[in-house]
This record gives sequence, structure tokens and C-alpha cells, in this order.
Amino acid sequence: MISVNQLLGVSLAYVAFLFAIAFFAERASIRGKGSWLRSPMVYTLSLSIYCTAWTFYGAVGYAARSGMEFVTIYLGPSLVMIGWWWVLRKLVRIGRAQRATSVADLISARYGKSNLLAIVVTVMAVIGVTPYIALQLQSVTLSLSIFSEPGQPDSLSQAAAAFWVAVGLVLFTVLFGTRNLNANERHDGVVIAIAVEAVVKLVALLAVGVFVVWGVAGGIGPMMERIDNSTIGEWSMDRSRWAALTVLSAAAFLALPRMFQVMVVENEDERHLQIASWAFPLYLMLMSLFVVPIAVIGLDILPAGSNPDLFVLTVPLAEGQGGLATLSFLGGFSSATSMVIVATLALSTMVSNHVVMPVWLSTQGTGAQVSGDVRNVVILARRASILMIIFFGYVYYRLSGGGAALAAIGLISFVGVAQFLPAMLGGIFWRGATRWGALAGLIVGFAVWVFCSLLPSFGPDAVLSAAVFEQGIGGVSWLRPQALFGIEGIDPTVHAMVWSLSLNLAVFVAVSLATFPTPLERLQGAQFVNIFDHSTQARGWDAALATSEDLMIMAQRILGPADALSLFRAEAKRQGLTGHLPEPTQGFLQTLERELSGSVGSATAHAMISQLVGGTSVSVEDLMAVADESAQILEYSNRLEAKSAELSRTARQLREANQKLTALSVQKDAFLGQISHELRTPMTSIRSFSEILRDTDTLDQAEKTKYASIIHGETIRLTRLLDDLLDLSVLENGQVSLNLENGNLNDVIAQAVLSAGGAHTTRLRIHHMQSDQDVPLSTDLDRLRQVFINLITNAQKYCVAATPELTVEILQQGGGLQVVFHDNGVPIPSEARALIFEKFSRINDKDGSGAGLGLAICREIMTRLGGDITYEPRADGNAFIVHLPGRVALAAQ
Amino acid sequence: MGKHVLLVEDEINIIEAMQFLLSREGWDVDTHSDGATAVDKVRAMKPDLVVLDYMLPGKNGIDILSELRADPEFARLPILMLTARGQGRDREQAEKAGVSRFMTKPFSNTEVMTAVRDLVQLAQ
Amino acid sequence: MSDSAPNATLFLEKRSYRRRRLKDALRLLPVVGVLLWMVPVLWPSGASHPADPTPVAMSSAITYVFVVWVLLILAAAALWWVIGERGSAETDP
Repeated sequence: MISVNQLLGVSLAYVAFLFAIAFFAERASIRGKGSWLRSPMVYTLSLSIYCTAWTFYGAVGYAARSGMEFVTIYLGPSLVMIGWWWVLRKLVRIGRAQRATSVADLISARYGKSNLLAIVVTVMAVIGVTPYIALQLQSVTLSLSIFSEPGQPDSLSQAAAAFWVAVGLVLFTVLFGTRNLNANERHDGVVIAIAVEAVVKLVALLAVGVFVVWGVAGGIGPMMERIDNSTIGEWSMDRSRWAALTVLSAAAFLALPRMFQVMVVENEDERHLQIASWAFPLYLMLMSLFVVPIAVIGLDILPAGSNPDLFVLTVPLAEGQGGLATLSFLGGFSSATSMVIVATLALSTMVSNHVVMPVWLSTQGTGAQVSGDVRNVVILARRASILMIIFFGYVYYRLSGGGAALAAIGLISFVGVAQFLPAMLGGIFWRGATRWGALAGLIVGFAVWVFCSLLPSFGPDAVLSAAVFEQGIGGVSWLRPQALFGIEGIDPTVHAMVWSLSLNLAVFVAVSLATFPTPLERLQGAQFVNIFDHSTQARGWDAALATSEDLMIMAQRILGPADALSLFRAEAKRQGLTGHLPEPTQGFLQTLERELSGSVGSATAHAMISQLVGGTSVSVEDLMAVADESAQILEYSNRLEAKSAELSRTARQLREANQKLTALSVQKDAFLGQISHELRTPMTSIRSFSEILRDTDTLDQAEKTKYASIIHGETIRLTRLLDDLLDLSVLENGQVSLNLENGNLNDVIAQAVLSAGGAHTTRLRIHHMQSDQDVPLSTDLDRLRQVFINLITNAQKYCVAATPELTVEILQQGGGLQVVFHDNGVPIPSEARALIFEKFSRINDKDGSGAGLGLAICREIMTRLGGDITYEPRADGNAFIVHLPGRVALAAQ
Repeated sequence: MGKHVLLVEDEINIIEAMQFLLSREGWDVDTHSDGATAVDKVRAMKPDLVVLDYMLPGKNGIDILSELRADPEFARLPILMLTARGQGRDREQAEKAGVSRFMTKPFSNTEVMTAVRDLVQLAQ
Repeated sequence: MSDSAPNATLFLEKRSYRRRRLKDALRLLPVVGVLLWMVPVLWPSGASHPADPTPVAMSSAITYVFVVWVLLILAAAALWWVIGERGSAETDP
């Protein structure tokens, strides 16, 4: 028989071993060599904190009392893991995206970062988990008591044992859970210690199981026979409990704060979840495999009245296997300690982030002006919370007297934490869930749980009087804790679970439907529910108001100087800035908020940044976006739209520029080609005929004269072309200086008619309709005359009527004047009209004497003079209209 | 020699000069100054040589050239193209379209008549 | 979910199709688990009434529950093996 002292020695050595492992894991992690600490295997093993002392000891006791019912506690989580695709995948993604630090943080973040909600969830979690912690203390002290020899004066009273175990747990949790505050709230040392403990408890239970089946019963066949012949050898099942407990365990698996801690917060890689989806059910299966055999053998060989909760220890002891019993003790010890450590850690995070920190901050004034290092406050708050939570567990243990069956206590706890489920799942799958709905559902469910499950657990007359059990509160018969609404005969656990969860859900849905969420809630709701659609983060801050320095000071206080500096540096580098102060952009503020929320929770981080940044986090645009019910999608698509609009705008501009350049180049080519053509054509004639004249001796005089006059005519054409080109170039470049003179329009027209060769020299008859009075002008008269001459000579050249006539007429038009040159020739074809004022455009140029520049020059001149020249086809010919502006027509008014 | 040449040109003085030069060497010269109907004229006349201006009213020389070359009957007809535009790209275009000889105005009489003789010799 | 994404094409090439169906299996697996594990509810329970049929022996009950368990684990592991690594690479929900 092993003495208690020996056992204590082994336990202490084991604890020292765990300390060492945790310590080296932390060291390795700090040095960046900790990748193996985050393998899928470790992740799966860390999930095994689901299997607490309740599993290790309680499952066998449970089986001894109720047969196979114990297995429901493991079927639920197995189903949740195997169905990871449905819920866990989303939960883990959201938890990571939002940097949720706890269940309370997740729920508060979902419902608009509501701290009230976080506080309610925290309080409920503390109350709900306390019995569970008490259960662990109870199991450890019970197991110790087995080894204390009967009859000997107890060297260690049970209460004292529980006390020292509690102290040890506080120490371990404080040491490894609150050593540092890192942004993602992960604890490498703790996780690795839990993984080791997971292996120890599995090995211990399997060892006892193997010993029992092959060592005691003598193989599988005989074992099965003994099972069938035992008191639990028949399938005897409360059907409602089978289904309800499976559902309950699944719910608790999702909602337990410690499960959230290892499953979501400590998750390193979402892929680990996929491996855990089959590996963890395997672990649960192995843990459950030998439970019934151990129970049956225990019932067989131990004296009636032995505590079945301790069969795992007492069976090996009864068979004289001291070593196996010690291993088994360590397994139970591992189960208890790992659960308490993680649960306490998770709860202390919640308490410090959602209760202590907000209170402390509000007493300290605004976030930026707090003095000292906030980290110290946070760590202190955590440590105090750990102490407090384990103390609560100890108090519950003392109050409940340590007498109840382990399984019963565990179930009470399960029903308590399952109350989080509607708010949690509703929050991630239903955008319509609101803060008030969640709050009301939680409170109703919790109240029902307290009344139907927690208070009755202390027994009649402890908290609730026996009268209340019998007759209900104040004698109202439908308010009996185990028969609500007068429905009797339901198993108490199923009763509490069904009523609390269904009322919780009903109130949650009803209030959600009736209330309206705040904009921030709706934004967060969209983010949670549509987590897989896009991973844009919640928008938030009006960055202009925050200064980087204030943010830096605050971040240093919470993250620590080194971490804060590296965070700010990295951001500055990303923004392309030197130094360590980045621009406080919206994106950076969101990153910072997430980092901070890793240390102090999302609600607190939000509050702290909002104190610095001023203003609310929801802008007018947000409100408008929310009004459309699809804020995120809208914003996202808006941004895409803006981007693509910008891109297509740029592309269009480029295309236009390119077109313009191409057009310009084509124009230039065409112009050069034209000029070349206009110059080379007369030159060809000149060269050709001069060569003929030079090289041909047989030419007669008439031929010589003809060819010489062709040469002469072509040189004149060349000269005129050059003059026109120069004229046009001067006009186009705006280098022309106008020579303003006063004169009379009638005189100018008469001079032009004269210069063009007079009314008699050509066939063209010109009618100059003289106006009765003088039309005084102040303009460049020479240039105006040039325009008129050009129009008259054009008419002379191109008017093909039998008796060509040109009428020149002056019209008063508004403030200005029009001079109309109206001939009786063939109207210009409509397709050519657009081009007549362009350079080198020639219509019906029979003799090729014109270069096609005349009208282009006319238009340039008129533009310079502030007027215009237009063409109008008339029924009987063409009309060119010269428009003179009012200021040119001096005294017309 | 009695050979036929079709002179497609719209500039009256150049027609005069080319007519003088070609008839002096014994060519029967026909002239045509409209681009749009030039191809029909070639089909009707089936000349031994075509002197083609580049810039013509109605249709430009390159298009006339391509149209003629598309007709197997005129695939090997000697065509001398004259242009006053003087741009490198025009020569490339004309060569691609299958011109026999390409000359830029102003040309020397000797040059153009040598080209005409070369083309006729090649065609024989 | 992913199948109803607005930009999802109507027909997929064979590989993607296979993967979609494997994901369907992944979603279906817990449902199968629930159905199988709820079968014991239908079993005749402890002889509360003399006329009741013979209760199921505990050894058979244990065998049933654990065989279902092992099959589910194997199925989940097989699905992980087939789509796990590659399936996680795509962000598709």
C-alpha cells in the first residue's frame, strides 16, 4: 500500500515535471522555435480538457449507477467535432478574425461590443463553472483519501487537502497563465502542459481498463459475459435523458468557456480543426472504452457501498496493483488540474477584461491619460480573478459538503453554460439577433437554471426550503423547481435543460424580433454571419482625430513597449514611412483595436480607442449603408465599383489620348502629304517641260510658247500656294497683327469687286446691292477685303451657270452684320459641305489652279476679326455668309 | 511600235508632258482622269502599260492597283505608279499591292522613259 | 452555402464536382451520427412491464455504440484524408 506521503511526493514530482515542460515550451516559443508546440496533435490533445476528473472518475461511477447513459456526455462532443463543417469552422474563423478572447468577448463583439452583455455572460460563466471547479477539487481530495490508511489519524484532512490543491492550482495558473499579455492571448506553456496531461490521463485510464479486462476478467469474451450478468447488464435507459444529455453535452462542448479557450483562442491554424474532427472523437472513444468494464468489475469485487466514483483507483488497489493505482491517481490528478487551470484562465480573462478593466478605466478618466503601465493592472486583475474563481470553487465544495455524485455536479454546470448557446449560435447564423434579445434570453435561461438546477443541487432546505420543492414559490404550484408549469414526472436534469434552453431561445428570438439593433451591432452581425463571404473587417474610426503618439502611448501601456513599438514600426513600414509612427489610418486603428482586444477584450479596446479618437465609430455613411440592410456587401461592392470605375475612367482617358494622338498623327501625315502633293505637282510639270524645251530640237515656236507658258503658269501657282501657306500659318499661329482702320463696308466690297477683276473682265456678273446709308466699320480692312476677293474669285472659278451671277448683299442681323455672297451655281454636294473650310479641300477643281486653301484662309481671317464665315446652300445656288460682330460694325446701332 | 499606254492622271499639265514624251517614242496614248472609272477603262482598253497617278479624284491609285492585280488578266500588266506625296509609306503600300515600278514626282524625263522601256522589256 | 454562391457556375468540371460532393458527405456525416446514436432510444428499456420484450443485453449495446463511433471516426478521417489538406486551401465556404 502506498502511503499518502509517497503519493504526495509523486504528485509533487509530477507537478514539477509539468512546470518544467511548460517553462521550456514558453522559452522555445519566445525564441521562435515553438512551431511543434502548435501541431494538430497538440491541438487535439488540448481539446481533451473536456475530459475532466468528472470523466476520469465520474464516468465509471456514472456507469455503475446508470449503465450506458454516461456515454452521452461524449457522444455530443463527438458529433460536434465530426460535424465541424457546420458550426466549429465558422466559430473558429470568427473567433480568429475578431480576436475573441473568450465566450463573453465573442458574444459582446457580436452584439455591438456591448460591455453589459459581456458582464452578464462573465457572471453567468463564473457561477456556472464554479460547481465544476468544486467537482475537480472534490475528486482530487476523494482520490487522496483512498490512499490514507483507514484507522490511522488522518494526517491530511479532506478540507485541508482541498485547500492545498486549490493553492497549488492558483500558483500554476498564475505562473503560466498570466506571465505575459500577448496580443492573441495564447499560452504555449499551458497548452503543452495540458497536452501532456491529456496523454497521462488517457494512458492511465487505458492501463486500468486493460488490466481490468485482461488481468481481472480474463479477456474480452469473459468480460462481456460478466457485463451481461452484472446489475447493469440490461439496457435500461431513460429515453429522454439519452437524447437530452447528448444534446446537452454537445451544447456545453460549444459553450464552455474553457473549451472556447482551447478550441478557438489557442487555435493556431484552422486546418488543425479538420484533423481534430476525427482525432478528438477517437480520443473520447478511447476514454469511454473501458468505463463499463471497470464499473462492472468494481461492482463485482468491491464491497457493496464502495463509492463507484473511485473504482478507477480502488479496483487496482484491491487487486494489489499499487503502481497502477498511482498511475491512475496521476491520471485523475491530471484531469482535474488541467481543467481547473484552463477554466480559470478563461474565466479570469473574462473577469478582468469585462468587469475589472472597464471599472478601473472608468475610475481613471480617459484612456490616454492613465498613468503607468496598464499591463500591470491587467495582469493584477487576472491574478486576482484566478484567486477569486478558485476560491469560489473551494467555497462551493465546502458548502455542498462534497457528498454529491460527481456526474450530477457536472451536469448542473453543463446546463448553466449551455445557456450561452442561443446567443452564440444565433449570433453567428442569424443577422436579426439583437443585443436585447441575447441579453433577455441569457437572463431568462440563467434564472430558470438557477431555480431549477443550481439551487436544488444544494438539497432541500439548504437554499430552497422543502416547501418550495413541494408547493412552488409562495405556494404557486406551477413554480416548483422540478415541475415548472405543473408538468411533473420529468427527470430533473432534463427538466432543467429543456425549460431553461427553450425559454432562453424563445425569449431570445422574440425580443430580437421586437427590438432594433444599433448600427454597430448590424455591422458586426453582418461580419459574423457572412464571415466566409469576405474578410473585410469592421469599419470604425474617424482616423483624423487620433494622433499616432497618443495611440502609441496607450498601446505601450497595454501591449508593452517592445510589442507596441514593433507593431507601430511594421505599420509605418507598410505605409512606406520611416520612423515608428504610422499614419492613424482607419485600417491601422482597426488592427490596433484587434491587438488591444487580445489583451483587454473587444469592448474595452473599443472603448479605449474611442476615448482617444473621440467620436463614435459609426459614421453617417455607415448608417446609410446599414439602412440598406447589407452594409458590408454594399460597402465592399461600392469599393469594387469605385475601383473599377476609376480603372475604366483611366482606361478611357488613355484611349482618348491615344485616339487624339493617332488622329493628330494621321492629320499631320495627311497635311504633309497634301503639301508635298501641292508642291510637287507643279514642279513635275515645270521640270518635265523645261527638260523638253532643253532636250528637244524639233519644237516649233508655237509649242515652245505653249510649254513656256505652262511653266510660267505653274510657277505662279507655286508662288500663290507658298503665299497662301505662309499666310495660313501666320494666321493659325495667331502671329498676325491686325491693322485696325475705320471705313465703310460698301467701299470695301466695291474695292474687292474691283480687285477680283471687276465686273466686266470675266463672265461673272456681280450685283453689289449697295445699302442706302453708309455702314461704318472699324476692323482690319485689308484682311476683310482679302476675304471678299477670295469669295468673288471662287465664284468666278467655280460658278458653272450659263450666265453666272453673284449677288453681294449686306444684312443687319442682331447687333452685327452679314455680308452674303450668293451665286447661282450648282450647290456644293452635301457630303462635301463639312469640308469646304478645311485646308486642301477642293470641290470641282477643274484646272487644279487652286490649292484648296482659300476658304481655310477666309475662315482664319474671320476668326481673327472676331466674326465667322458660313456656308448655306440655296435653292438656286450657294451662299457664303460673312458674319461681322457688333463691335466691328461701329455705328450700325 | 503601236503599243497602247493608258495614262491615268488628273493634272492637265502632267498629262500634256507625258503625252508628249510617250508619243514621241511611238506609243498610242490614252488618257483618263477619273479614279472611280479607271479600272473599267483598263478592262475595256487592255493597254500594254498603265501609268497611274497616286492621288486621283474618286479612287486613289493604290485601290485601282489592288483591284487590277486581283484580276488574273491584269496580274502581270506593267503598271508604273507616279506620286507627288513623297512619303515612304506610300511606296511600301504600292509594292505590297503589286506595283511594277514606283516613282516620285517630280521625275526627269529620261528617268521615266527608261522606266517605261524597262517595264515593256520585262513584260516581253 | 457555397453551392448557392451567386457567381457559382452551374456545372463544374469533374474534380470540383467530386470535391463538392465530398463536402456534402462532410455535412451529412454528423446527421448520420445523430440518427445512428439515437437508435438506442427505440430499444426496449429495462423490464418496467412484464410484457415488455427482452431488453437488449449490455454487451450488445456497448458493441453497437462503439462500432458506430469507430465507423464515424473512420469516415471523418477518410474525408479529411481526401479533402482535408486541399480543401482548406480554398477560401470557398
